[in-house]
Amino acid sequence: MPGSPLVSRRLWISVLIVPPLAFVALFVVYPIISAFAYAFFHWNGLARGEFVGFANFYKVLFTQPYADWTVNAFLHNVWVFFALMVLQNGLGFLLAYCLWRELPGAALHRISVFLPVVLSTIIVGFLWKLFLHPLFGVVNISFRGLGLGGLAQPWLGQDSTALWSLIVANAWHMVGFPTLVFLAGMQRIPGEILDAVRMETESEWTKITKIVWPLVAPSATVVFTLLFVGSFNWFEIPYVMVGLEGSPHGATDVLGLYFYRTAFGNMSGSGQDFGAGSALAVLIFVFIALVAGVITFKLRAREIQI
Amino acid sequence: MSAASQSYYDRRGMLATLGKDGLIQIILILNTVVMLAPIVIMLFAAFKTNAQIFQSPFGFPDFSNFANITKIWSQTNFLRYLLNSVIVTGASIVVILTLGTMAAYAVGRYKFRGSSFVLMFFLAGLTLPLKLAIIPLFILMRDLGILNTQLSLIVIYVAMGLPTTVFIMTGFIATLPNELEDAARMDGASEPRIMWSIMLPLVRPALVIAGIQNVVPIWNDFFFPLIFIQKDNLKTLPQGLTTFMGEYTTDWGVLFAGLLLSSAPVIIVYIILSRQFINGMTAGAVK
Repeated sequence: MPGSPLVSRRLWISVLIVPPLAFVALFVVYPIISAFAYAFFHWNGLARGEFVGFANFYKVLFTQPYADWTVNAFLHNVWVFFALMVLQNGLGFLLAYCLWRELPGAALHRISVFLPVVLSTIIVGFLWKLFLHPLFGVVNISFRGLGLGGLAQPWLGQDSTALWSLIVANAWHMVGFPTLVFLAGMQRIPGEILDAVRMETESEWTKITKIVWPLVAPSATVVFTLLFVGSFNWFEIPYVMVGLEGSPHGATDVLGLYFYRTAFGNMSGSGQDFGAGSALAVLIFVFIALVAGVITFKLRAREIQI
Repeated sequence: MSAASQSYYDRRGMLATLGKDGLIQIILILNTVVMLAPIVIMLFAAFKTNAQIFQSPFGFPDFSNFANITKIWSQTNFLRYLLNSVIVTGASIVVILTLGTMAAYAVGRYKFRGSSFVLMFFLAGLTLPLKLAIIPLFILMRDLGILNTQLSLIVIYVAMGLPTTVFIMTGFIATLPNELEDAARMDGASEPRIMWSIMLPLVRPALVIAGIQNVVPIWNDFFFPLIFIQKDNLKTLPQGLTTFMGEYTTDWGVLFAGLLLSSAPVIIVYIILSRQFINGMTAGAVK
């Protein structure tokens, strides 16, 4: 006689649930908990040494040269976040608003704005690195061709333009994502609301600020939070375009590069330090979690249910 | 309101609309040019010599000049990298969809104690950037003896992909109607049989969405191979790209050809399936 239906049902649920749960426990939860624990130990290469309390945190936050590097990289991440907020999310909102009109060709424009999003960051980074080459890059060649040779710059080679160049490359790569998330939000606004607005005002500005913007608030929450997390995890674009050291002289150094250098060592052969690296990871992690939590909470509060 | 003034207002409205639409079209066309120009320049440059690239970067190339592409094909490990990417991405997607559907089916179809805890457990992984746990992951992979194997990548991609997949699939599976399932149960069908023959065929659209959402970041990932893989023969395409971009620094035609060949598979599939790609990749962000 087969087992009671209740028992076999419980067994069946376990069969379904245990393998994925075990997987997430081993490869997500355990590493993240370990990441916190590791920061409190001294490390000799790959071997864990004695418990050192907050020494690793003290090292990266308050002793030189780490303290300067940490602040320098962190401020660049803050800068990147705000710049991309305007260039990527702001432009994305504008483009979404334009696409929403469904004018002839909208389908083509939608496909092309999203095309770079599917490319690997490595490809995008190399492509822009070649374009921005001081002598042979298409950007400077174009400026010279237009008789604007004065605008030709060593974009990635000087402090004043290097970080901006990376930001622009990133915006080109990712602008399609906020665009299509905002567009989906706009398409969910009920037609009756829009008709009612059309009776009240002809001002496009009023329509955007009073109606569209508040009603796409859920999209904004998602897009802002993802950009925040992405900005403070930024790694591939700077790695490919300016290298591990954040050249020139740290002008493009960001937390991702700095963390990688500290944990795994850099090209010039300086050693790896898992202790300081783990402390940095924990600090970045806690910062991202706290701020992303606050952003989500604050933005959720202004979302309106239609 | 008289008929005349009515038509006056209409016309003013129409002109304003035309002006607005014109402006919108200009913005969209400009943007499309900015989006596509780099890709077109890359495509052209892949068929040019250095001199042609520097003298006329926008000029039309001789598309029968395959010198650069042949060089990539024959002198680099490009095909090996491509194959590695296919293997790693394919295996990861199969495991993600299998495990993800299992978990989502259990949570979405059955009421059991702790089901909401299980869901929370998966969703916790949604917002946590796993990159920051790279040091423990590196040590874990070493202890498991799978550093420098494709298994290390597959495992990490499955871990990365499961949370979103469980999220998408649970939402979908929970909305499926009960009638079919109940009827089959009355007929004495076992639970596994109900899942396999009755419910799974219904979740195919969600599987496509979840698959695309995972396939693009996995195919494009660079960070985990950078840490886990040293052997040239195991490198994936983005990682291999950094290798041969380093070797051909002065041969620009070859560099562009490398970028073109690496991006071509994704671009071609995207153009064919753009709607599914857009839906899939924004699925987690669009409610």
